[in-house]
Amino acid sequence: MTAAFALAPIAASAQLGSYNPSPGPQGTFAIRGGTVVTVSGADIPNGTVVISGGKITAVGANVAVPANAQVIDAKGLYVYPGMIETGSSVGLSEIGQGAVATVDISEVGSFNPNAQAFYGIDPHSAHIGVARVVGITTVVSRPTGGIMSGEAALMNLAGDTPPKMAVVPRVALVIELPRSGFGGRGFARAAALQQGAPADANRVRAAQMDSLRKMLRDADAYGKAQAAYAKDKSLPRPAHDVVLDAMLPALNGQMPVIFPADRANDIRDAVNFAQEMHLKPIIMGGQDAPAVASFLKQHDVPVIVTAVMHLPSREDDPYDVNYTIPAKLAAAGVTFAISTGDRGSEIRTLPYNAGMAAAHGLSKADALRSVTLWPAQIFGVGDRLGSIDVGKMANIVVTTGDMLEARTDTKYLFIDGRAVPLESKHTQMNALFKDRP
Amino acid sequence: MAALAAAAAAAQQPVPSKAGPTLIKNATVLTVTKGKLENTDLLLQNGKIAAIGKNLSAPAGAQVIDASGKYVMPGIIDPHSHTMIDAVNEGSLSVTSMVRIRDVLNPTDINIYRQLAGGVTTINVLHGSANTIGGQNAVVKLKYGRDVDEMLFPGAMPGIKFALGENVTQKNSQTAAQATGRPLRYPSTRMGQEEVLRDAFTRARDYKATWDDYNAKVKAGDKTSVAPERDLELEPLVEVLEGKRYVHAHSYRADEMLMLLNVAKEFGFTVKTLQHGLEGYKIASEIAQAGTGLSTFADEWSYKVEAYDAIPYNVAILMRHGVVATVNSDSDERARRLNIDAAKMIRYGGLTEDEALKTITYNGAVQLGVQDKVGSIEVGKDADVVIWNGDPLSVYSTAETTFIDGEIFFDIKRDQQMRQQAAQERAALEAQDRGRRAIVP
Repeated sequence: MTAAFALAPIAASAQLGSYNPSPGPQGTFAIRGGTVVTVSGADIPNGTVVISGGKITAVGANVAVPANAQVIDAKGLYVYPGMIETGSSVGLSEIGQGAVATVDISEVGSFNPNAQAFYGIDPHSAHIGVARVVGITTVVSRPTGGIMSGEAALMNLAGDTPPKMAVVPRVALVIELPRSGFGGRGFARAAALQQGAPADANRVRAAQMDSLRKMLRDADAYGKAQAAYAKDKSLPRPAHDVVLDAMLPALNGQMPVIFPADRANDIRDAVNFAQEMHLKPIIMGGQDAPAVASFLKQHDVPVIVTAVMHLPSREDDPYDVNYTIPAKLAAAGVTFAISTGDRGSEIRTLPYNAGMAAAHGLSKADALRSVTLWPAQIFGVGDRLGSIDVGKMANIVVTTGDMLEARTDTKYLFIDGRAVPLESKHTQMNALFKDRP
Repeated sequence: MAALAAAAAAAQQPVPSKAGPTLIKNATVLTVTKGKLENTDLLLQNGKIAAIGKNLSAPAGAQVIDASGKYVMPGIIDPHSHTMIDAVNEGSLSVTSMVRIRDVLNPTDINIYRQLAGGVTTINVLHGSANTIGGQNAVVKLKYGRDVDEMLFPGAMPGIKFALGENVTQKNSQTAAQATGRPLRYPSTRMGQEEVLRDAFTRARDYKATWDDYNAKVKAGDKTSVAPERDLELEPLVEVLEGKRYVHAHSYRADEMLMLLNVAKEFGFTVKTLQHGLEGYKIASEIAQAGTGLSTFADEWSYKVEAYDAIPYNVAILMRHGVVATVNSDSDERARRLNIDAAKMIRYGGLTEDEALKTITYNGAVQLGVQDKVGSIEVGKDADVVIWNGDPLSVYSTAETTFIDGEIFFDIKRDQQMRQQAAQERAALEAQDRGRRAIVP
């Protein structure tokens, strides 16, 4: 059966954003005989997973294979749910340096709640094919910069158009709270420095925070006015405002808000601000999260940990201070996911970030959850993604071994029940040159 | 020049090991060059690997480490590092062969310790890639806590860094340069880089001829000849021409690498390594034919235009063509997990375990001219070894003890003790501080 996608043709040449072969149709497949790592429950040795119509339709040791199924022999192989990288900007940026025209991560201005990553994602970015080869099937891709950076999208890494890739087109609002003082990379510091007065950073920050609060309150009032008008058409009709409108799902609690924050005080500030504004926060970064673990637990705030591989930020920190963040959060009962924090091409190191956390105190099972089920739950799609369970979207990876190991290879990959070719720009270049005399 | 070389050689004499004998028992020993040995003992004595075998007996006073279930591998060699340097680039001129990394090494850099915790024992410290011919590198053993003189690798081949491509043309910062009125520096094209190399080596060749003439005259008994004036810029390049100094050349694109190999061929020297060499796989045969090695990232790519054709199969393709290839970090962070990067070479291109390990050990030793001393576990080699709690090619493994010349420079238990000591010290100081504040109104 593999011929359909194993022998995809090799494109003539590589170009910017090129070569990201499309998946096949949503057929019926039976992946048989492998060790099924369900993530949600126990592993099933010699198990079978049946996929049909984009969904997982059966999982177990004794599962009937539908007559029309293409059977994939997974004997000696492992079957995993696809990994989810939640800290990326995949598709929004191809090359950071020397090709700035390919970078669409950050919009001009400070407040862009209506800028949607969904509309900027290039389905043919070469980063996509490369990332899925390691078993990443889904990403959160987010805008950055300014104060309200825009809205992140939860996208499957397969499909010729953004709508075909999107699982949740508007999955989270991104707010980069202005940070005070030196050392921050926030807007406040930059603005203060621009005015030649670093001492004014706190004043600038306070002004920015005021603007941010005002915007959210305006949006809240706007939402109420719209709702009132919807009920009672005799009221004056509020003019439609795309900017204020974009903030409503976050204010209604339907859409979480990603707050990038690493330092303990920035994390606390973000959570307190979210409470004040009735927003649902997700901390992204989380380098000092262990120091405020009980606070995070108390407020039930999840963390996307992007700092596992970061160098310690203080000279006298233990060498493993960041490797151990996930283990410490797990011990404290804080909900978290692991991310590379990379915007694009290096998200394929995601499994090794999780592996590194497991080498430093996190259980292997939790390491796997932190890149599959937990990120799905944090972004509200735990019922659709992140584990191998009947009814979930068929994002499945079949590997030669432990998916978090660097030496493990991927044999088959399915996204939304479609067989995805494992060719990428890299395999293409390898094929072109490996035997050159 | 001869006197200078002798002085440099004296500075690189090995320092006697301060360690007593150590017997590591019952380990899985990854020799790298002679396969995997199960349940094997390793005796470290006088700073060397004294014996490898089963049931070795401990000499008097030896520290005995039970390594049952654990792995021992040679210390990791990072062939491209910027750790320990307080000045990364002397980018003012196109040719700065006179500057030396050795002069700006900071032995207290905490990243040394962090890398020891990742099993690294030797690094090749190169300065940045701002100019076509950069400065002289330093090969360093990561003896954290020692003086720089004790850390310089005795007998390592001197080297010099070259750079090609975007970093030299400074295309990415030209707009900023223009905005600030900073003049553009020559060269700003790959054509110019070729010319700078040709010009420098032409001058070096003439300089060498001048000295050769003078030395010949002196040798023939001429007592009236006046020695030529020394030129610190050209001396290292003469050493390159004489095969006494390795060239480590930062490069990305296949065309620029070929250009350098052709210039080298014309002037009669060998480029020891192409550093990064991201498109090396496109010209693997030519690199192999030139006798040149290559040191690259495991899987970094796409961070700039000239890195867009980088592929993780690079190392495997090169090795299959006979090139001595290595995986480097170029990063204080990545240096701490080169074992994981090596494991990727199994996935991308199908290297064997030994070949994958070679990319972070033995091949690096070859690229630095120290393969008779480090890079594999063999009797008589330096006792630069690492004990891991599992297979170092697994992401789940961590280094537990790192030896250099038989001496422990990282030990995970000692690390825990030091943390407790530091915490107590801090608590005591803070208590003292509180006391003082209470007294002073």
